[in-house]
Parts: sequence; C-alpha cells; structure tokens
Amino acid sequence: MNKRDFLKDAILFFPAAGVLQALSCQAQGKEMSAAATTGYDQSQHWYGMGIDVDKCIGCNRCVEACKVENNVPDEPYFFRTWIERYTIRADGETTVECISTKTAEERLAEQSEPVDPSVLRTFFVPKLCNQCANPPCVQVCPVGATFQTKDGVVLVDEKRCIGCRYCIQACPYGARYLNPYTRTAEKCTFCYHRVTRDMLPACVEVCPTEARIFGDLKAKEDRLVRFQRANPISVLKPDLNTEPKVRYAKLDGEVR
Amino acid sequence: MNDTVPAGLYEQLANQLSQVTGFIYPNEIETHWSILIVLYPYLTGIVAGAFILASLVKVFNVVEVQPIYRLALLTALSFMLIAGLPLQLHLGHPERAYEIFMTPQPTSAMAMFGFVYLWYLLGILLIEVWLEYRQQLVLMAREARSGFMRSVYRALSLFSTDVSPAAVAWDHKASRIVTIIGIPSAFLLHGYVGFIFGSVKANPWWGSVLMPIVFLMSAIVSGIAMVMLLYMVLSLLRNEKLDMRCLDKVGLFLLVAIIVDFALEALDYIHRIYQSEESIKILGELVSVKLFTSLVIMQVALGMLLPMLILALVRSRRFNDDMRKLMYFTSVLLIEVGIFSMRWNVVIGGQMFSKSFRGLMAYKMELTGIESLMTAIVLLSLPFIILTVLHHLLPTRWMEEHATPAH
Repeated sequence: MNKRDFLKDAILFFPAAGVLQALSCQAQGKEMSAAATTGYDQSQHWYGMGIDVDKCIGCNRCVEACKVENNVPDEPYFFRTWIERYTIRADGETTVECISTKTAEERLAEQSEPVDPSVLRTFFVPKLCNQCANPPCVQVCPVGATFQTKDGVVLVDEKRCIGCRYCIQACPYGARYLNPYTRTAEKCTFCYHRVTRDMLPACVEVCPTEARIFGDLKAKEDRLVRFQRANPISVLKPDLNTEPKVRYAKLDGEVR
Repeated sequence: MNDTVPAGLYEQLANQLSQVTGFIYPNEIETHWSILIVLYPYLTGIVAGAFILASLVKVFNVVEVQPIYRLALLTALSFMLIAGLPLQLHLGHPERAYEIFMTPQPTSAMAMFGFVYLWYLLGILLIEVWLEYRQQLVLMAREARSGFMRSVYRALSLFSTDVSPAAVAWDHKASRIVTIIGIPSAFLLHGYVGFIFGSVKANPWWGSVLMPIVFLMSAIVSGIAMVMLLYMVLSLLRNEKLDMRCLDKVGLFLLVAIIVDFALEALDYIHRIYQSEESIKILGELVSVKLFTSLVIMQVALGMLLPMLILALVRSRRFNDDMRKLMYFTSVLLIEVGIFSMRWNVVIGGQMFSKSFRGLMAYKMELTGIESLMTAIVLLSLPFIILTVLHHLLPTRWMEEHATPAH
C-alpha cells in the first residue's frame, strides 16, 4: 500500500471507528456509567411497591412530594402519581374522583361537608406507574427511548424520546403524560435517582401512614416481600398480562 | 428544559377538562393524537388503494382499467410523499425522527412502519413510476423545446437513452415484477397502519385483530374512490370524454370492495357487542354520545350504506351515461367523506373514553397552530398540488398524443 492509499483509507477509517465507538457508548452508556461511578449493581435488585389501601388517608402529600422531587408541572393535567377516592353507596353505585386534581382548599372544604347517609364506605387508592415486568410502553417505543432497567424500573431517556406519544396510548393505566416543557413522555421512575443511592422514593418517604411500601423483590428479608406474604395481594388489570410490580393489598374489585 | 409551553395548551386542556363526564385518569385529559394522526391513515390508505387499483392492470390484466393506470400510479405517489408529514409535524421532537431509522426497534409497530414506508416509497412506487415513464421521458427529452426542460427530463429518466423495443419490453417486464412485489407491500403498508392501532391492548376500541384487515379494505375503497374522483374531475378539466367502460369496471371493483369492507366492519361490531366484554358499556356510550354523528351518520349511513346502494343500483338498472356519471360521482364523494370519518372515529374516538372505563373525554380541535384544522387542510391539499405538478411533468396521455415511432 502506498502512502496516498494509506492516507485515503485512514481518512475514512478513523472517523468511522470514532462514530461506531460513540454509538456503542451511547447505546450502553447509561447503565455502564451508573455501575462504574457508584458501585451499584443493577442485577442484584428487582424493585416493586406495595400499596396498603386501608392505610391511605388521601392527604395527597405523596403527590405533592412527587411533583417537587421530579419537577412535574404544577398544572392538574400532569401526574406521576395521584390519589383516587372511591365512594360506594348502599344501592351499589360507585363514584370515583381524583382528589389530586383538586386544590388544597377544595379538599379541605369537602371535609366539612355533612355525612351522606347513603354512603356505605369510601376509600383512597394511590396510583402510579405499575413498573410492569412486561411493559407495553417499552414494546411500542419506536426509538427505544423507553426502556426497562435490569433492576426492573421502566425509564424514559428524555434525550432520545421523539415525543410521538405511542407509549402514552399503550399504557393501560394512564400513568404517562407528555411534559409540555420538554415535549417528551414522562412517568414515575420510582425516584430512580434516589433508590440507587439507598434512599426511598419521595412519595414513600413522605407518606404519614406508611401506605406505600417500597422494596426489593429479590431480597428475601425485604419489607415488601414480607408485606406480600402477609396480605391478600392483587394488581391492576391483571388480564392484560403486564405483570405489574406495584402490588395492592386488600384492593376492592371496583378499582381499575 | 424549555421555559415555554405550546401557546394555548393549558386553555385547551382546561376547556377539555370542563367537558369530561364521569371519572378519567388525570393524565387522560390531553388528546394525544390529534387531527394530524387522523390524516395519516387516511392519506396512507389512499396510497395503498390507488396502487392496488393500478396493479389490476399490470398483474391481473384488467384491460378496461388501463385508461386510469398512470393516474392511479401518480395518485399513489402524490399521497405517499405527504403521508409521513402529519406524523413528522406531530412529534414533540421532529428533529429526532431519524432515530427511528438509526436505532431500529423490532418490537415497535410504529418503528417498523418507518421501514415499510421507506421500502414502499423507494423500493416500489418510485421504481414503478420510473419504469412506466422511462421511455416517455427519453422521448420527451428529445422533443423538449427548452434546454432546461430537456435537462429535467433527462435527469428524470436517470440519463437513460435506450428506447429500443427490447429495452421497452424489459421495462414492461420489470414493471410487472415490481407490481407483483408491490401488491403485498401495499397490503403490508396499510395493514401495518391498522396494526399500529390494533395491537394496543390497553385500548379496547383499537385492540382488535380485525383492525389491520379493516384498515386494508377501507384503504382499497378510499384509494379506488379517489382515483375515480380524480379521473372524473381531470376529464372535465381537459374537456375529454370519460371512458364509460373503464368507469363501470372500476365502479364494480369499488362496489365489491365496499361490500367486503362493510362486512368486516359489521363483523367487528357484532363481535364486540356479542362478546360484551368489560369495556362494552363505555364503548356503547362512546358511540351513542360522542360519535353518533361521525360514526352512525357520516361513516356508516352516508359514507358506506348510501354509496353501496347507489353503486348497486347502477348495476341493477339501465341508466344512461350521464346518469351513471352522476351516480358514480356522488358515490365516490360520499365514500371519501365516509372513510375520513372512519379514520376520525378510530383515532379520536379511541381517545374519548377513559381507560378506567368510567368516563368520557372531549376533543376540541384547534383552528390554528401546528395540530389544527388549518394544518390539516393544508396537508390534505398538498397531495393534489403535487399531483398537479406531477401530472404536468409526466402527462398520462403523452404517448398516445405523440404516437411517433421510436427513433
């Protein structure tokens, strides 16, 4: 090979190799860098959350904490977690409301309303991304921006998301929204930035009644594992085979 | 992070929130797929339908349809060039759309659609049009008066010059093969659009195994009707006599297609009602409260049953040519309105009920802005503008009008 040919090949080869290397780094970058910097091993965990329906008092603190922690827009159209209130009347009629879309004043005013004798019982149900083991949102993402980590959390790469909103359509639980500022899809991350540093998700941290139990389904002595053993457990929309990792204890059949 | 939200978004959401009935999940207020996503299956459907009509000539040798073969091809191409645009405009980050091709996601129907679209455009349609017009382009370049047009025609013919009988025969043979590959590709193209919706198990209005095939049949109906409409309008503009033999034949195909389409859609509804699954109550409310006009009246009664009746009537009685023209014209117009309503009912209808099955949402279409009626009208008129240009550049009747022997 003469000098001219060599230079010609080199001009092609070196940039091409650089591009390939950059692409492969980009493809694996997220997970590699986390492991390298913190010593945190994703493969050792499988996160989930337990919800003790009976314990939720509908104070909405989890929702507020989530909005602050994760920079969720304040407007009542965007939620990573929210609280539903179910009212079941003697005649069997069920009404459902989302108390998180109301203002604090509205919620307070409701407390002083007279007791309606036709109400049989009411209860609150905290909702959030179910962190499905078989997530339909990951399946449909056309660019792989939504992905499942090895420790079982479904995340969105906001630098890659093209904002097509297919994942929002595919989520059976209404857990996703399009952030109007970033124009990308967002959802609950289990506060991934906290849990990988041995902290609890913000909603769990602030819950005054411990209605939310965060844990690691791979750890035998974990609180969540014990919670699952001690309570009758159900998940939302089990017929869709999404295999949610948010597990509800003593959940009423009315809840979808 | 950007500091601004799209203008008018919160006003629109507040307005939609005020129209919610029952309970919905709080994130469901926004209608994520708007009028632009209604356009996308409508435009793509016309592409697939027009191409399948063209293939009747090339592959199945239906000689009666020959007069509109080239028009059908150009129609398919004009609509194809625009079909991806509403999707692109709808994206939160249109500048990242190339990622679909850079990081292929085989599990995503939408990602794979990108490849099917590209394949269909580059691998089938453009080649087919080129093969069909190559000989004409060479001859046009030779006869062009201005040097500029000569260069344009030469470039369009990709600088080929051979118009010997053997070369032309090869064009025809190759074109036939491309069409044979094109038929399953056209099926794939629009079947895939149906699959994008049909595979969403979270949404019972969309999630149906029949969806791809219903989309395909309605695509064939809308494509045939569009070519027929264009043929009638073009003949009027050119002051040419319509080929009634061709029109009658295409009318027959249209009647068959619309009957099959109707049967499939009826099957879908009957199946849903009979199975009466968890979602049936809310879907029933959706149809009777939100979609009554657009589904029962526009899509089914005016857009399907009435044209079906007219097309059947054309065949059962002896009408004179003018009467038949009028009947065909009315039918194809109604069909286009009906199919557009069908796309609307699928896309928008699927987002008007909560996945909690406890409430209904509203969709308020914006008049101006990116995802608005205005954009939709512009996008919808673009294929016709492109078709006008293409038709000017690649006249469909040039060879007949310049019946000079090859040099």
